[in-house]
Amino acid sequence: MTQKNVLILKDISKTFYPGTFNQNNVLNELNLTVKKGDFITIIGGNGSGKSTLLNSIAGTFLVDKGSIKINEKEIKKLKEEQRATLIGRVFQDPLMGTAPRMTVSENLSIAYRRGQKRTLKKGSSSEERQYFETLLKKLDLGLEKRLMSEMGLLSGGQRQAIALLMATMKKPELLLLDEHTAALDPKTASVVLELTRKRIEEEELTALMITHNMQDALNYGNRLIMLDKGKVVLDLSGKDKQDLTVSEVLNLFQKSTMNQLINDESSLD
Amino acid sequence: MNLITTATAQGLLFGIMALGIFITYRILDLPDMTAEGSFPLGAAVCARLIVTGVHPIIATLIAFFVGALAGSITGFLITKAKIPGLLAGILTMTALYSINLRIMNRANLSLLGKEKITDLFESFSLPNQFDTIFMALILVAFMIVSLFLFFKTEFGQAIIATGDNEKMARSLGISTDQTKILGLMLSNGIIAGAGALIAQDNGYADISMGIGTIVIGLASVIIGEVIFGNLTFVNRLICVVLGAIIYRLIIMFVLLVGLQPNDLKLISAFILAVFLALPSLRQRFNLNFFTKERV
Ligand SMILES: Nc1ncnc2c1ncn2[C@@H]1O[C@H](COP(=O)(O)OP(=O)(O)OP(=O)(O)O)[C@@H](O)[C@H]1O
Ligand SMILES: [Mg+2]
Repeated sequence: MTQKNVLILKDISKTFYPGTFNQNNVLNELNLTVKKGDFITIIGGNGSGKSTLLNSIAGTFLVDKGSIKINEKEIKKLKEEQRATLIGRVFQDPLMGTAPRMTVSENLSIAYRRGQKRTLKKGSSSEERQYFETLLKKLDLGLEKRLMSEMGLLSGGQRQAIALLMATMKKPELLLLDEHTAALDPKTASVVLELTRKRIEEEELTALMITHNMQDALNYGNRLIMLDKGKVVLDLSGKDKQDLTVSEVLNLFQKSTMNQLINDESSLD
Repeated sequence: MNLITTATAQGLLFGIMALGIFITYRILDLPDMTAEGSFPLGAAVCARLIVTGVHPIIATLIAFFVGALAGSITGFLITKAKIPGLLAGILTMTALYSINLRIMNRANLSLLGKEKITDLFESFSLPNQFDTIFMALILVAFMIVSLFLFFKTEFGQAIIATGDNEKMARSLGISTDQTKILGLMLSNGIIAGAGALIAQDNGYADISMGIGTIVIGLASVIIGEVIFGNLTFVNRLICVVLGAIIYRLIIMFVLLVGLQPNDLKLISAFILAVFLALPSLRQRFNLNFFTKERV
């Protein structure tokens, strides 16, 4: 079965502070093609450019070189909010993905209109709220009762679960997850990770997920890539990925990031 | 009694101005100094138009739009020229000083003998000052209802989201440049409109009437929050206006006990400092005479 390519990155490069003493070539002519339905886990040492890769795709900043195509359409010149039509995101910091002073329901209403022009129509409706309630029920965290609570009153895990819902409720062409469970306790992290898998399956999403947890990187997704110095140095999918063990990944990881590993060991548990 | 009605009437009018401040400081989370220029701008535009013979209602409306224009300039400086918010406001405010002088052609423009918006209520033959209170109440009610409805719309919610979490807002496709510019326009339009009303209430527009606008507006917002605590959106708007009235009453009181009008700015700043410090003082000394505030 030949599947459509959702995302094609061609030779993208990003340098921070070019021409200064702090010049930092973070992405170096990186290439990546993502097929529809791919769920890719991304690993790599600190500073290898993982977040920069997702930020480049999402349009947090413009890349210096190369092309970024989603569904055949060149988007590298589009602003972040324009790309939001196509892309859903969840950030590492639970505070980042939701608006603390707005209610859960208001947060969801805003997300429900992702990529739409905001007009002077009513910002939410009661049918909408009913729909949110059923969505929240499915999360099985009791959040359907908190629809009218201010977001800031919820725990990090609850907020992250809602952020995930917000990123996916209006089906994105591409879902970007940047260590979105890293700030949660292990139990909550695995709950949110399971929810992530469920949402991706239910909605048949295409997703990129950064993680520092090797076990998660292996357990989740159909494809795994490793980044080093702004390049893809490992790309395994299907059976190759399934057969991979944590020690093998660590080995490969060590080879490519020899000198960085020592500093990173603490985050590889 | 007479003093209290005067303070209430003024408080209501300044309450409208404080609603404008509330939009930038609290909703957009963007301390906007433009207010110090847009408030006298509204007064100047309105006074000049009234002197020229324009109907006071139309003059007040035009003041609103000119204020919005001033807000759009600050918005442009912030979003397109990437100038920090505080500085952008100061730039517009400074430029407006010259513009206001140009508009008035002098430092003070009297409206003596001209028809003013407050005069339109004379036919009700209400006792002195009550016509101003009556008019101000209608306007305040109108403003609060309109703002409440506006901030419930998709666009209004997008403005709130921008102030609450800009990064999230953008990731959900909200053009935060647009929401900021429009928020600043709305805020400064309202502030200029209030300037127009207060000029008509005073009977003149003065080049220096903008000094302290932000302190007064912010004091109203904070007094409302400290006294009335954590509230729903519409109640917060009402409390801003109540805060403005309380502020006026405090000012009246300190003048009664013998301080000079020349001391007013000092007193304003002092009142604001006290109310800003109250929440932390209360925590420190465990004072529970007010309900918990929401910051
Ligand atoms: N917006 C930015 N401005 C300047 N430098 C940046 C920016 N974003 C990232 N960098 C730099 O780019 C390099 C790569 O950072 P990036 O966040 O992409 O790494 P990462 O692979 O996500 O690392 P981690 O595992 O620590 O999250 C770092 O040296 C970082 O300091
Ligand atoms: Mg990162």
